[in-house]
Amino acid sequence: MEKRVTFSSWTIGILFAVPQLLLIFTFFYWPAGQAVYWSLTLQQPWGGGNIWVGLDNFRSILANADYWNSITASLVFAGISTGLAMFIALVLAALTDRQLAGSRLYRVVLIWPYGIAAPALALAFRFILAPEAGFLSVVNRMWPGIWDPGLDGADAMASIIVAFSWKYVGYNFIFFLAAFQAIPRSLIEAAAMDGSGVIRRFWDIQFPLITPTIFFLLVINITESFQDSFGIVDIMTSGGPANATNLMVYKIYSDGFKGLDYSGAAAQSIILMLLIILLTIFQFRFIERRVHYG
Amino acid sequence: MTMIKRGFAALAAGALSTALAMPAFAEPVKFDFWFGLSGDLARVVDTMCKNFNASQSDYEVVCTSQGNYDATLQNTIAAFRAGKQPTVVQVYDVGTATMMLSGAYKPADKLMEENGYKIDYADYFPGIARYYATSKGEMLSFPFNSSTALMYWNKDAFAKIGKTEAPKTWEDVGADLQAMKDAGYECPMAINISANESWQLMEQFSAIHNQPVATKNNGYDGLDARLEVNKTKFVQYVTDLKKWYDSGLIKIKSKDLGQDMVQAFASGTCQVILTSVGDHGTVGRTQKEGMNWDVAELPVYAGTERKNSLVGGASLWVLSGKSDAEYKGAAAFLNFIHDPKTALFWSTNTGYIPVTKSGFDYMKGQGFYDKAPYKGRETAIASLTASEPTEVTRGVRLGNFTQIRAEFGTQMQAIFANKVSVQEGLDTLVKNGDAILDRFQQTYPGKTLP
Repeated sequence: MEKRVTFSSWTIGILFAVPQLLLIFTFFYWPAGQAVYWSLTLQQPWGGGNIWVGLDNFRSILANADYWNSITASLVFAGISTGLAMFIALVLAALTDRQLAGSRLYRVVLIWPYGIAAPALALAFRFILAPEAGFLSVVNRMWPGIWDPGLDGADAMASIIVAFSWKYVGYNFIFFLAAFQAIPRSLIEAAAMDGSGVIRRFWDIQFPLITPTIFFLLVINITESFQDSFGIVDIMTSGGPANATNLMVYKIYSDGFKGLDYSGAAAQSIILMLLIILLTIFQFRFIERRVHYG
Repeated sequence: MTMIKRGFAALAAGALSTALAMPAFAEPVKFDFWFGLSGDLARVVDTMCKNFNASQSDYEVVCTSQGNYDATLQNTIAAFRAGKQPTVVQVYDVGTATMMLSGAYKPADKLMEENGYKIDYADYFPGIARYYATSKGEMLSFPFNSSTALMYWNKDAFAKIGKTEAPKTWEDVGADLQAMKDAGYECPMAINISANESWQLMEQFSAIHNQPVATKNNGYDGLDARLEVNKTKFVQYVTDLKKWYDSGLIKIKSKDLGQDMVQAFASGTCQVILTSVGDHGTVGRTQKEGMNWDVAELPVYAGTERKNSLVGGASLWVLSGKSDAEYKGAAAFLNFIHDPKTALFWSTNTGYIPVTKSGFDYMKGQGFYDKAPYKGRETAIASLTASEPTEVTRGVRLGNFTQIRAEFGTQMQAIFANKVSVQEGLDTLVKNGDAILDRFQQTYPGKTLP
């Protein structure tokens, strides 16, 4: 009799998933677990003695005014740069979606910025926004000291927001354009025949149909603004002046790597992770309700 | 596994007498040296490594730049935790306390003694040696690239206000800067106020004025030291700097703003800067055509008895967990660097100063300090040896000092941006700095500095 090896669908599922799970475990859960362990101990940088301190690291971080300042800076940065990057991309996508002469060229040009690595981008912006030599030096010659990211925290924040948004406009643009192009032409043509104008068509037809994309980009942009801002901050402001741009992700780096405070940095990264999870849950609970999945 | 192999190799090597050393056909023993210099300076280190390798056939040092001081320490720690550390590593001055408590090094003086090298430690300039020595005077690491802070002044600009000498007191500096401003100079003096300038503004100033940066003799006497810069002469200094900044006598120059202070000085834009003697070569190479400039010791407040300034730069640490053969190589390498001829090569090509009296004498004898581009660099030696080091001019030995310097930058920026008063800013610096020191002390419970 022929013997047939049978698997329950459950085992097969597991078997196929194992390589993936192993990778995720090795590169995500294991380090994350390590971070949790470190955050509950005081790690001596060179190894050797690790002291269990329970929640002390969290207590001392949350009692630190600089840390709260860093949370505020991160929220301001995330809010403004996400808003800017999405709004500009939406407008540009809406415009290039229409039958304009040269719209293909615009598309390519607008997609490019996302392909530029953050450090290269940050370097370029550092030169452009340098108060004495850069693009804004003209303004400074007219009103001395009006643009001073080296000492003025608001100016420094503005520079990193501009650089970050500039990059994500390109990214968002790709998705918005795809979303617009997925809307059946017939819908818009019918509306046009009924006599509705461009703006009316946008709000009543196109906008509701792209809400899933808007929602998706909102989640991605906010998450990225917490995590991907590192390179830009490091090169443009190093967290200064006076901590004005010391975003959470940058503070983790400088405390952990430059300051060799591994435990404090681990605790901060746990808090950052929780914050991002919370924000994502919030978005799914409260914003997704307004999304129309067609 | 490699450890066991190395152990056997070490046993085998040990069995042979030092006179026999290695048979002629033996491969040279390789060992790693990681350093933090980059660019021009990294090429000089590479050349020095090649010279060492060419000077003998028993050892081969493999020199690798890690980009900068921070990265070198981070990478070394990561490597050490993984058991793959280099034999010799360059660690910057502020990493000294961290290294001392790491338990990860082999004391340099022991290493030299075990391998039969006799080093005359009294030959080191005391201000340099004591920065890296234990409180009992044992040298745990060897000074490598050493420097100190100087005042660079533009002779042409000072001539315009009728001065032929650099100001010696801060009171004179104030008057001269004002005179230069009145004579139409837009930027009489340039400073920067990031973490890095803690060195010349806070640490060097405090040493020269014999003022403590922290209690417990700047941390030499215990991990429970706490900052004191909010109640020393330093407060007056920051107040003056801020006043001069507000009245346009001082401009802030940094790379982020388009031009750092060394460039601002070399281009003739700004007339006075305070920076490391290590920049002497850069200013000479990049200066505006025909500009006359010189260096002088940092000024003091009137009525102050000048003390020695502090050494800056980095030292070479030998890490633990290596084979005897590698240690032999490391000892030979340190001995090579210690040689006056190497000192001459190093100083000629970098701007760093010799660290031993014999190195300095040798260079003087070779006429080094009489030649145009190097003239003036002996001022650094004069500044470092202005006095016998006191309890607070030996150095600053505080844990997590990198973070304290970062806090210095943050508070100076807040002060200069008028967010807080000078006193408030320095109080916050002390408060936050103390929290950093507390944390360091908690991380090493029951331990004391050697």
